[in-house]
Amino acid sequence: MTQRLPFDEKTARDLISLTGAEPRMLVQILRVFVENFGFVNDDMIRLLASELNLSRAEVHGVVSFYHDFRTSPPGQHVVKICQAEACQAMGSRALTDHAKQSLGIDMHATTEDGAVTLEPVYCLGNCACSPAVMINDNVYGKVDANTFDTLISKHAGQTS
Amino acid sequence: MTAAITIYVPRETAAISMGANDVAETFASCIKDKADSIKLVRNGSWGATGLEPLVEISNGNERIAYGNVTPSDVEGLLQAHLAGEGHPRRLGPTNKIPYLIKQDRWTFHRCGLIDGLSVEDYRAHGGFAGLEKALSIGAPAIIEEVKTSGLRGRGGAGFPAGIKWQTVADTAADQKYIACNADEGDSGTFSDRMLMEGDPFTLIEGMVIAGLAVGANRGFIYLRSEYPLARKILSSALQIARTNNLLGNNILGSDFSFDIELHIGGGSYVCGEETAMLESLEGKAGMIRFKPPLPAIEGLFGKPTVVNNVVTLGSIPNILRLGGNRYAKLGVNRSKGTLAFQLAGNIKNGGLVEKAFGVTLRELIYEWGGGTASGRDVKAVQIGGPLGAYFPASKLDTPLDYEAFIQQGGMIGHGGIVVFDDTVDMAEQARFAMEFCAIESCGKCTPCRIGSVRGVEVIDRVIAGTDRTNNLALLDELCDTMVDGSLCAMGGMTPFPVRSALQEFPQDFESSGGEK
Repeated sequence: MTQRLPFDEKTARDLISLTGAEPRMLVQILRVFVENFGFVNDDMIRLLASELNLSRAEVHGVVSFYHDFRTSPPGQHVVKICQAEACQAMGSRALTDHAKQSLGIDMHATTEDGAVTLEPVYCLGNCACSPAVMINDNVYGKVDANTFDTLISKHAGQTS
Repeated sequence: MTAAITIYVPRETAAISMGANDVAETFASCIKDKADSIKLVRNGSWGATGLEPLVEISNGNERIAYGNVTPSDVEGLLQAHLAGEGHPRRLGPTNKIPYLIKQDRWTFHRCGLIDGLSVEDYRAHGGFAGLEKALSIGAPAIIEEVKTSGLRGRGGAGFPAGIKWQTVADTAADQKYIACNADEGDSGTFSDRMLMEGDPFTLIEGMVIAGLAVGANRGFIYLRSEYPLARKILSSALQIARTNNLLGNNILGSDFSFDIELHIGGGSYVCGEETAMLESLEGKAGMIRFKPPLPAIEGLFGKPTVVNNVVTLGSIPNILRLGGNRYAKLGVNRSKGTLAFQLAGNIKNGGLVEKAFGVTLRELIYEWGGGTASGRDVKAVQIGGPLGAYFPASKLDTPLDYEAFIQQGGMIGHGGIVVFDDTVDMAEQARFAMEFCAIESCGKCTPCRIGSVRGVEVIDRVIAGTDRTNNLALLDELCDTMVDGSLCAMGGMTPFPVRSALQEFPQDFESSGGEK
């Protein structure tokens, strides 16, 4: 499970100054925000615009460009299944279908209990052990339907 | 006192993905009462990924390898080893493993051998000798050495590194930069990751030498966010390098100062394109830039910038240490030296094989890779990532040589080799190439942004058998537009996998329902 902080301006300001309060650090600050708060919201965008002397539109443009900078809170566990060619060659399409079915959600969605968010990823660099799955920051190789279910219950304490 | 026995368990993503951390923990608890005589070291991976977790036990003279070790093997394995008995997991001496002995290890010569975060290990195995040489011969001679080596950019484009460095060195500016591209996004590639996880100081050393050569005192590493372990190891390595005077002011007592900032990407494939990466390093959206001006003239923050891939920079220390001539003796034609090939996808023994150029696809896939993991026939091989062409089995004798690949309509790129067996549907793969481009396009130019979306639609119609002849002609024209009109390789090369799939596997595009 990933520990996330509730957003407050003081913490956010500290994170900005720790990372570097310069426009060139915007991508890095957004990363730190996502890692600490779980996502980027309008309050953070407003704060970043004023702290870095950028327009809100400029900050928003950067946020919306990158896949990692989600704008709504994810589930407790983020499960990413590689969708790229090496994993396709080893059955990632079938694994993805299984994951959707067993979790009862589509890609980019979160289970109703808030436990798991399912996301596509294009290469984890684990292409000699395909198909690969990342749960939070942990990478797993040669994952089939059974090991997927085991991993989900190990991390999220549930099988479906 | 020095422990008599050392156990090596890789701290590397692929090994860990197969359970190496659990294996290491089990070893740690087995030896906790024997700290005087047995120690546990987390090394990098040798790259024989099919054998991971690959554990080694050394008595100081010889390292004995055990392959595919699970936590439940650990206790018995250790007992058997200490008693001098055999074990089903035993592979014999590491330096006699067939996968490893036939390689030409240049850039990866320490990867697997050492604990990547140990400066002592690094130095004991040739580390920093290249930098010391560089400091003694000075900038012009460093660049000559790199030119002599024939080293070309290993990120994919294959541009001669020495010429790029010369351009940056010759461009007058108050500030210059070294930007390392560690945004290894191509499917089927992981050599950057393995080097950063297994021997991070070699990248740092290569960057310092690059800075010295062109007159830059600041460097950046742009690392993709999908590599959390590489991030952790690199962060530690940078810190350790600073405390050991390998970064910072007056490096190794010289008058040269250099430091490196680690930046993490935002999960965008196109940021691996050098100008998009520079935009991202400047804190912006990763929109690609028009070229010219080249980054070597106007790069990061408008200043002359060397943009090189991890493996390119990681090859530099040994080129300085052993000489550019020695590197240039490896390889064929204009493809000098070695490439760290990566065997991926449906392959029995996947992993990293560093080999001089000239080796054939067949040799790599069968002699090292052992054929497909499924045991079925190879149908297609994609080389060079998602923008690389699909080769049919009939082209497996193509030698790995930049120009030979271009002649065959392909590209070596970053050296990733993704194998597919005969169950693959090549129409689905062609569709995915367009779909991936639509997802990852930066949106700056129309052929890429819109062309990829239309490409998916047209391929869907072809597969469905709707007005097939006209739609195939339309797809062909669309590919021409993307190749000729896109600003970068994303849109400009997406047609390569599409066209090669169509050309080599036309039967896969025939609808079961026939023409509608």
